Amino acid sequence: MEKQKTKIDDIDRARFDFRDADQSGYKTGKGLTAGIVTEISKMKNEPAWMLEHRLRSLEVYDRTPMPAWGPPLDELSMDEIVTYVRPDTGLKSDWNEVPAYIKSTFERLGIPKAERESLAGVGAQYDSEVVYHNIRQELLNQGVIYTDMETAVREHEDTVRELFMKLVPPEDHKFVALHGAVWSGGSFVYVPEGVRLEIPLQSYFRLNAPGAGQFEHTLIVVEKGARVHFIEGCSAPKYNVLNLHAGCVELYVREGATLRYSTIENWSKNMMNLNTKRALVEKNGTIEWISGTFGSHTTMLYPSSILKGEGARSTFTGITFAGRGQHLDTGARVVHLAPNTSSTISSRSISKDGGIAVYRSAVSISPDAAGAKSSAVCESLMLDGESRSDTIPVMDIRTDQADIGHEARIGRISDDAVFYLMTRGLSEEEAKAMIVRGFVEPVAKELPLEYAVEMNRLISLEMEGTIG
Amino acid sequence: MSAGGRRILNGVNLAIRPGEVHVLMGPNGAGKSTLANAVMGDPRYTVDEGRIFFEDEDITGEKTDARARRGMFLSFQAPEEIAGISVENFLRAAKAAYTGQEVKLLPFRKELRAKMDELEMDPSYAARYLNVGFSGGEKKKNEILQMAVLNPKLAILDETDSGLDIDAVKTISESLDRYKNGANAMLIITHITRILQKLPVDYVHIMAEGRIVKTSDASLIETVSRDGFAAVL
Repeated sequence: MEKQKTKIDDIDRARFDFRDADQSGYKTGKGLTAGIVTEISKMKNEPAWMLEHRLRSLEVYDRTPMPAWGPPLDELSMDEIVTYVRPDTGLKSDWNEVPAYIKSTFERLGIPKAERESLAGVGAQYDSEVVYHNIRQELLNQGVIYTDMETAVREHEDTVRELFMKLVPPEDHKFVALHGAVWSGGSFVYVPEGVRLEIPLQSYFRLNAPGAGQFEHTLIVVEKGARVHFIEGCSAPKYNVLNLHAGCVELYVREGATLRYSTIENWSKNMMNLNTKRALVEKNGTIEWISGTFGSHTTMLYPSSILKGEGARSTFTGITFAGRGQHLDTGARVVHLAPNTSSTISSRSISKDGGIAVYRSAVSISPDAAGAKSSAVCESLMLDGESRSDTIPVMDIRTDQADIGHEARIGRISDDAVFYLMTRGLSEEEAKAMIVRGFVEPVAKELPLEYAVEMNRLISLEMEGTIG
Repeated sequence: MSAGGRRILNGVNLAIRPGEVHVLMGPNGAGKSTLANAVMGDPRYTVDEGRIFFEDEDITGEKTDARARRGMFLSFQAPEEIAGISVENFLRAAKAAYTGQEVKLLPFRKELRAKMDELEMDPSYAARYLNVGFSGGEKKKNEILQMAVLNPKLAILDETDSGLDIDAVKTISESLDRYKNGANAMLIITHITRILQKLPVDYVHIMAEGRIVKTSDASLIETVSRDGFAAVL
């Protein structure tokens, strides 16, 4: 009996892979100069301190070398990237006023429908600018702020000035310095003390222009005892030139507050996704990261939690799916600075058709963090012999009063398990798909239902059998 | 039949007709489980010579799932653990594949619940991941649950009774009794024979060193139980 060859196809991106003709109202030239940075700031009518921040970031960018580790980035040439593309529309809070071609993009992505059915507020960014932002009236009445970052700079200037890129300074690494220089768009969320949002807020980022960069900035403050779930989604059509995404997310979780931050990233395979996300968590606060990385050519993404107050908690749940031509370097970082802080990291990766999935984590426990607990579990599934999976955990423990665990498993689909399922009538393809879906189930069940369905669809396993 | 170039079964001739109950016994390493797995098309084994027929059709080259859909079933000695898939979702997908028909959620849930009750399984097991963290006995019950839901024409039970306590053996043998009818056939591989108490056994085969060395009626069970395999080999 000849054994069937099984091929599991790439994630079907057809739903995301449509592009609009370039109808931008304005875009900068390629490359990066002080002139371009000043131009962006002028376009946005920014206060002087923001322009200074941009120019300082540019200086940092110019003198900072490329990262000496991680996936190769030499295909990326900043001289070829358009840093700012403004759609020919202002910000709207009524879908009817959004230009038809942009509206139809977001409708195809299902955003307005999701807003009607299951979201408390929605933001939509098209290329460099947010084109739509809306929040339910009852949340406004409770003092919740959910707006685009540019509006926040104008209307909540003191808060923004105090917090903007303080958690993630431009000096951190080259791409966050770049972000500081050319950032545009993103969301600002403020949840006042004690306000608990039962349904999520969602921002959706769409990059349409070829050869462009998207540098949105997300700043969230969850005050004492408050709670919110924020979801971000990203996609782009595929072009033959590289696009760059270097967003920055700064999350401030105050005492006893809870923030859940969910991301489903499905960039097209010409995207360099070099994104920085960090949360500062105060006493008894909780940050919950949910992170799904499916698209992009190259990704470097390690959401970080700084557990600053006693009893602060961080949980990270991540899934990464690397197919042909993809090098996805993902993981998490946790810094325990206070007593009785706790963190868990749960990561799953799948690689196939020569895809590379790297799990990288760093857990550090300071001498002040007595009673800290940290546990990490990372599991990798390789679907064929040409794919690669690496696990690079780093731990730096500076107290002996900490409880630390790390587990890593790298495996393949077991032939015995496939045989078992096939004896129950399932085809080889169905059996393998079932095993893969089971593998990601711990992550899927953390997602809002429509995202879980979406993820199962993303892992639509299509088979090519050659009958023996 | 061979695995990795090594010959492991040699001249097995076995015919099971509808409604019959066959018992397969033999010392450890005789090839009983190998036979059971090979009949289901386990890709680890290669058929060098000979044929396997099911309902007069040659299935020797057929894939495992196609055999299953013909109505063949194997209760594994050590079932695989599959994380992330609940017993209920798995069995519903399996039943749909087995029958080629859509299986509606609510009626199926009801059926599953009733069958679990019959097997004295805690209903919470329906939501648990397939065999993950199940005790040996729970895994065996879960195999018989699958048999009861799929209702195959031929059920091969590979040491389903080993490692079970007396109550569990009784529950399972009652379940086999409910399954047994004029059309459904069974091939039961066993060391201990308590599971057979309720079943009318038609044939008993003794296997040793990869071949069937003796076939007789139910009285052979008693001989083996009393005198061991040495008495019949």
